[in-house]
Amino acid sequence: MIVVEDIHVTFGRGTPLEKHALRGVDLTIPEGEFVTVIGSNGAGKSTFLGSLAGDVLAEQGRISIDGTDVTRWDTPRRAGLVARVFQDPMAGSCAALTIEENMALAAARGRRRGLGLALGSDRRRNFRDRIAALGLGLENRLHDRMGLLSGGQRQAVSLLMATLAGSKILLLDEHTAALDPATADFVLELTRRIVRDNRLTTLMVTHSMRQALDYGDRTLMLHEGRVVLDVAGDERAGLDVPHLLALFAKQRGGVEISDDSLLIG
Amino acid sequence: MTEIALFGAIEIGLVYALVAIGVYLSFRILDFPDLTVDGSFPLGAAVCAVLLIAGVNPWLASLAAALAGAAAGLVTATLNVRFKILHLLASILTMIALFSVNLRVMGRPNVALLMQDTVLTPFYGLGIPDHIVRPLVVGVIVAVVVLLLARFLSSEFGLAMRATGVNARMARAQGVNTDAHVYAGIALSNALTGLAGALFAQTNGFADVTTGIGTIVVGLAAVIVGETVLPARALALALVGCVAGSILYRLAVQLALSADSIGLQASDLNLVTAVLVAVALILPRLKAKASRSVSRSPSAAK
Repeated sequence: MIVVEDIHVTFGRGTPLEKHALRGVDLTIPEGEFVTVIGSNGAGKSTFLGSLAGDVLAEQGRISIDGTDVTRWDTPRRAGLVARVFQDPMAGSCAALTIEENMALAAARGRRRGLGLALGSDRRRNFRDRIAALGLGLENRLHDRMGLLSGGQRQAVSLLMATLAGSKILLLDEHTAALDPATADFVLELTRRIVRDNRLTTLMVTHSMRQALDYGDRTLMLHEGRVVLDVAGDERAGLDVPHLLALFAKQRGGVEISDDSLLIG
Repeated sequence: MTEIALFGAIEIGLVYALVAIGVYLSFRILDFPDLTVDGSFPLGAAVCAVLLIAGVNPWLASLAAALAGAAAGLVTATLNVRFKILHLLASILTMIALFSVNLRVMGRPNVALLMQDTVLTPFYGLGIPDHIVRPLVVGVIVAVVVLLLARFLSSEFGLAMRATGVNARMARAQGVNTDAHVYAGIALSNALTGLAGALFAQTNGFADVTTGIGTIVVGLAAVIVGETVLPARALALALVGCVAGSILYRLAVQLALSADSIGLQASDLNLVTAVLVAVALILPRLKAKASRSVSRSPSAAK
């Protein structure tokens, strides 16, 4: 369970470029819930995810994960609780290391890393089985460098890596945005399967309203650093993209949305 | 080249192989251009020489030299990680400071080791010529270091260190404390360099504050030569490449200096080294450019 209480984040405080990216976000996400997050560019989606992951420390407010206050924890410390997949397929894995080395890195998430071999034969066998389940034929390419994989394959492996250490929270930051539509669909289906099989509490940022409604149990819309829409259950089931746009406009006091990126997809 | 000159080149190549491995660790694995080695090499030599004169066991003296090198590395890492000074500048600051430190350690610009026992002493009486004993002993030490380091880099800790250099953001997201790995890696790199300095002092019979000048370039030259002759992806082989590169580099230098017709003399060493490294850095680019322009023409027809 994630509890977020009134968090504020400001970038470049005291400079002409000061940006109040999060202005008091309050949120409770129960265990196992799959939340999709939408919002226009600069709405604070990525900052919000970053503040959960520890990349951005909230200057005000409180974040707790499974009852532990993690507000002041940095990224490596939170990594035992939180797994992530980034938008850029290159960002979430080490191109110069092999697939199995990347997996070994992820498997040790949240543990002390000692001088034991990173890749024993037991662990190799386990990795082979896990990656075979992806159905991409990667089980015979464990020794290949990660950089040789396509963007979609890398995102698929990144998703798998997110499950290796048993953390219960998954943060997805537009993880299909850099992929072609067919590959994006494959990765989204894989996401759905992995989230369900591992009962992960998931936050998925997306720029597509369609995806936001089709996947998950609950949808949040951020605007100017605040949650302006929070729908779940029947209310959400009855929503379609035009409804969402209208709701958004209403929330914003009748202001028309002019950002194309919200409408596309 | 005489036999003595040949073994001399191999010997000095093996001593500097430890520097090459250290440089590989900082430049290649951690992606941290660290010039501290110019100071930690003579620091290792100085510490070892002073301790030997004080009657300390040669192995302990060598260990102390490695620890002194590690401490120097930690200073650089602290300046960079803790105080956000650019890595290159941080290492230059440490390097400059070490020049004074080394003078303090020795109390004078150079120290001669004449009658002191060294790690080599027990092996001199075995009936093998001295000029072969030295590279043999140093070679065994280098082999042990390569084996230990290869094992270290394939451990969970070592893997995290490699990830730190390749993609620090990903490493942090996987729970790797990247700062700690920079500290550890730069300390280890300079510990190896300090050990190389200690072996240099013991094989050559002296320690001198000026021996550090250009250490980084020599180390880098060895790494680059090694990568050229042994373009291996496997880590253990890359380390062996550093050793091979260091020896080949010394042989090339020895060859250039002993060929009277070229007219080079010993004092031209730094110039030759700089030119060699520059050429080795430029060549792959030219080669890539050439192959790009060749492959471009057929693909443009599509």
